[in-house]
Amino acid sequence: MTSSVQEKGTGSALRGAGPLRWRRHSAYLGVLPFGILVLVFLVWPTYSVVTGAFQNSHGSFELHTVKAVFTDPGHITAFKNSIEISAITALVGAILGSLFAWAVATGKPDGLLRRTTLSASGVLAQFGGVMLTFAFLATFGFNGFVTTFLASQFPNSFLAHPDWLYGFLGLCVVYTFFQIPLMFLVFLPAIDNLKPQWREASSNLGGTTLEYWRRIGIPVLIPSFLGSALLLFANSFSAYATAASLISQGSIITPLEISTAMSSETGVANASTAKALGLGMVIVVGVVMTLYTLMRRRVSKWEQ
Amino acid sequence: MSTKRSPFLTIWRWAIMLIVSVYLLTPLAAMLDFSTKIGRGKRGLYAWKAIFQQPDLISSIGVSLELAILVVLAVLLVVVPTVVWVHLKLPKLRRPLELICLLPLAFPAIVLVVGVSHTYNWISIHLSESPLTLTAIYLVLTLPYSYRSVAAALNSVDVHTLSEAARTLGASTGRVLFGIVMPTIRAGVMSAAVISIALVLGEYTIASLLNFQTMQVEINLVGQQDASIAVAVSLAALIFVFVLLVIIPTSTKRTKVLEPIES
Amino acid sequence: MSKKRLLISSIACAALGAGLLVAAPAADAKSTSVWAHARSAKAGGGLKKLAAACKKEGQMNIIADPHDWANYGEIIKGFAKKYHVKMNEANPNGSSQDEINAANQLRGTTRAPDAFDLGSAVAYANMNTYAAYKVSEWKNIPAAFKEPHGFLTKDYGGFMAIGYDSSLGTISSLADLLKPAFKGKVALNGDPTKANAGLMGVFFASVANGGNINDVSTGVNYFKQLKDVGNFLNVDPTPASIASGQTPVVFDWDYNQAATVKELAAKGITWKVFIPNNVLVGAYYNQAININAPHPACARQWLEYLYSPAGQNAWLKGGSRPVLAEYMAKKGTINKAAYAALPKVVGTPQIPSLDQASKASTYLLANWAAAVGTR
Repeated sequence: MTSSVQEKGTGSALRGAGPLRWRRHSAYLGVLPFGILVLVFLVWPTYSVVTGAFQNSHGSFELHTVKAVFTDPGHITAFKNSIEISAITALVGAILGSLFAWAVATGKPDGLLRRTTLSASGVLAQFGGVMLTFAFLATFGFNGFVTTFLASQFPNSFLAHPDWLYGFLGLCVVYTFFQIPLMFLVFLPAIDNLKPQWREASSNLGGTTLEYWRRIGIPVLIPSFLGSALLLFANSFSAYATAASLISQGSIITPLEISTAMSSETGVANASTAKALGLGMVIVVGVVMTLYTLMRRRVSKWEQ
Repeated sequence: MSTKRSPFLTIWRWAIMLIVSVYLLTPLAAMLDFSTKIGRGKRGLYAWKAIFQQPDLISSIGVSLELAILVVLAVLLVVVPTVVWVHLKLPKLRRPLELICLLPLAFPAIVLVVGVSHTYNWISIHLSESPLTLTAIYLVLTLPYSYRSVAAALNSVDVHTLSEAARTLGASTGRVLFGIVMPTIRAGVMSAAVISIALVLGEYTIASLLNFQTMQVEINLVGQQDASIAVAVSLAALIFVFVLLVIIPTSTKRTKVLEPIES
Repeated sequence: MSKKRLLISSIACAALGAGLLVAAPAADAKSTSVWAHARSAKAGGGLKKLAAACKKEGQMNIIADPHDWANYGEIIKGFAKKYHVKMNEANPNGSSQDEINAANQLRGTTRAPDAFDLGSAVAYANMNTYAAYKVSEWKNIPAAFKEPHGFLTKDYGGFMAIGYDSSLGTISSLADLLKPAFKGKVALNGDPTKANAGLMGVFFASVANGGNINDVSTGVNYFKQLKDVGNFLNVDPTPASIASGQTPVVFDWDYNQAATVKELAAKGITWKVFIPNNVLVGAYYNQAININAPHPACARQWLEYLYSPAGQNAWLKGGSRPVLAEYMAKKGTINKAAYAALPKVVGTPQIPSLDQASKASTYLLANWAAAVGTR
C-alpha cells in the first residue's frame, strides 16, 4: 500500500526538472540499509570507545587515563611487543603466503590443488582462539606430538622444552599459522591478475622466466604484496582470543592488557583504561590502514 | 603457462608447498593424535563419541550454524548489493566505503565489544535475547573480507559496459543487479560467503563477552573439563567447514550470464 | 525487482532501522514480584511462599560458579532438583568482575545473573549492584562475615595451598620447588593482576618466603626465581590440565584440591596438598543478589539454600570452610566426616584487607608481566 502512495507522491512532486535530481539522490537510498547497519554496529561503537577513553567513571572529560596509558612503561612495553609480534608474523606470513600463492597459481586454474588450498585457507585463516591453542599445545606443548618425539630422540634440542611456546616466540609461531592462509587468500587474486600478455611479450623478446619475474612480475606485485602484508599486520595486532588462551601469566601484549583492565577481579579493573588502550590500538592500526589505502591506490593503477 | 618452466622453479615450487603444508598440517595431525589418545599408549575414539553426549555443545553448534547461514544471507542481501550499487551508481562513495569496510580490522574485537555492549543490552530488552542477534555484529566483522572479495571481482570485469548493455536491451535495475552483475562476480561473492562462514564458526571473543553460548564458547568450556573432547570438536568443525567450502563452487569459472539476454 | 521496488524496500529497511533506534517502547523489564524488594523471607511472606514463588519462576541464572570449585556442582544439582528449577549457568570460569560486567551488560534482560559469588575487592567496589537480603540463618553468621544491611554475606573461604603430584617427590618448603625435578611444572591459578586465586598465591609466596601481606614483592621475586630456573609454567591450571598431567604442581585454594585428590586417585596418582606451618593466607568469598535479578524469588531461595545445612555441607565436602561451620558443629547439623577431613592447618590465619589487596594489585600491575612474562 505504501508503495503506490510513494510512487505517486514522488512522481507528481518531482515532475519537470525534478526527476534528475531525485534520481541522483535516490541512488543514495540504495546504501541506506548498509549505512544504518554500519552506523549502529561500527561507527557508534567506535565513537563510544574513543570518547570513553577521555571520560572518567562519572562521565566527565579528563585526559588523565589516556596520559597514564601512554606514559606507563608497562603499557608501552606491551604496545612494543604487540607491534613487534604483528610485524614479524606479517612479514613471515606474507613471504610464505605469497610464495605459496605463486606455487598454487602456476598450477591448473581449475585444478583440485587450487580448489583444495583455497578452501583450506578459507578455514585456516579464521582458525584461532582456543582451538588453535589446543592444536599447538598438542604439537609443541608438554606431552605434545613433536615435543614427545624430540624429547626421546634429541632431549637437548630447543623444541624438547616447550617454555618458549607460552610467550613472545610462541605467539609468533602460532599467529603465523593463520597469517599464511590469510596472505594466500588476499594475494592470490593479485597473482591471477598478472596479465598473460606481459609474459608473452617478455618471452617474445627473449626473456627467461626468471627475468620475467625479476623485471615484471615482482615489481608489479610489490604494492599488492605490501598492502596485503599491512592487512596481516592489523589482523595479528587485533587478535585476542588466541593469546588469551595460550598465555596465562603476564599480559605481554596490549589485547591481554585490555582484557585485564576489563575483567580483573583484584580491584584494578578500569573501563577507561581499557578504552584508552583500545584507542591506542586504533591509532596504531589507523596508521597501518592509511598506509594500506595508499598502497591500494597504487595497485588499482595496475589493475586497470 | 606450463610450457617453458625451468626445473629450478619447479623445485622451488614444490619446496614451498612442502614447507607450508608441513607448517599448516602438523598441528592438525597433532590434534588428531591428541583426540584419539586414551590414557597411556592406548588409542580410541572416546573423545569423538563423547561429542554427542554433550547436549549444550550440540545446541551451541546448532546456534553457530544458524548464525553462519544468517550472516551469509545478510552478506548476499546487504553487503554485496551495496558494494555493487556503489560501484555502479555512486563512484564517489567508493573510497569511503572501502575505508569503512576496513575499519573492523582496526578494531580488536575485544574493544569493539565494549562499544556494542550497550546496543546489545537494548536489543536484548526490546527486540530479542536470541543469540542470533549476533548476526549484525558478525556481519560487520566480515566486512573487510567480503568487501575485498566482491570489490576485487568487480574490478576484474567491466561491469559498467555489461550493465549498460543490459539496460539498453531493456533490463530493469533489479534484473541488472541480480540477473547480470551478481552472476558475473559469482566467484567473488562465493569467496565472501566462504570466509564469512569460517569467521562465524571461529569467532569467540564477542560471543563470550556478550554472554552468548556459541560453539566456540562451549568448546572453550568443554576444554576446561576435558581437553580431548574439545580438540575432537575443534577438528570436526575444521573438517566440516573445509568440506563445505570444497562443495560450494568457488572456482573462478564464469557462468555464461549473457545467454538469457541473447536468446 | 524494479528500481522503484528496490527503492521502496530500502526505505522500508531504513524506516525499520530508524524505528529500532528511536521508537524504543519503554518496556518495564523489572519484575513486579513482591520478592524483588523483600529483604528477608519473613518480609516476603515466609519461606513456604518463597519456595512456591521460586518454583513458579522455574529458572535461575547463575554465573561464574564452576562445578569443580568448592563443590558447586553438588549445590547446583541439589537446588535444581529440590525446587524444580532450570539452572542457566553462564561463563563458569569467569572472574568476579565478569559477573558484574555481565550484570551491567544484561541489565533488564531475562538473562541477567540472579546471584553473585564475588571476591571482596570486586564485591565492595560495586555495592549499588546488589539487593539487600538477610537469610533465615542471618543471626548465626558471625558479625565479621556479613555486611550489616545484608547486601553482602560471606559464604565460604579457604587457604592458599600447593597441590602436587607426589610422584615428583615430597614438598616440605617452597624452596623445594626451585629444584630441577620441578622443571616446567609449577603453575599458579590465574594471573595475579586478573584473578583472586593468583593474587592470593603471590601473598602466600610472600609470607612463606619470610615476607608479609603488606608487601608482595617477596612473592613476586619468588615467582621470578621460579621462572628464571625454568620451573614456572605459564599455563592456567584447569581440571583438564591437571588430569592430563600438564600442570603437576599448582598454587591454588585448598578447597579446589579436594576434587582433584579424588579424581586422580581413581587414575592411580596421589595428589597431595601442602600448606607450610604458619603460612595461612586465606580469603572468603561473598554472596549477593543482583538488584535487577530477573528471577527475584529464586535468587533469594538460592541464598536460603546456600546457608542451609545442605548448601553449607556441600561446600564443606568440597574442602572449603563455610561461614556457618562452627555454628553447625555446635548444633550437630554439620557433616562430621567432611569437617574432620579439612586439611590440618597450624598458625594464625592472615586475611589481606582490601587496602592491602589493592596495594598489592597496583604493585603487580607494574611488575608481574616483567617478572614472569616470556619475552
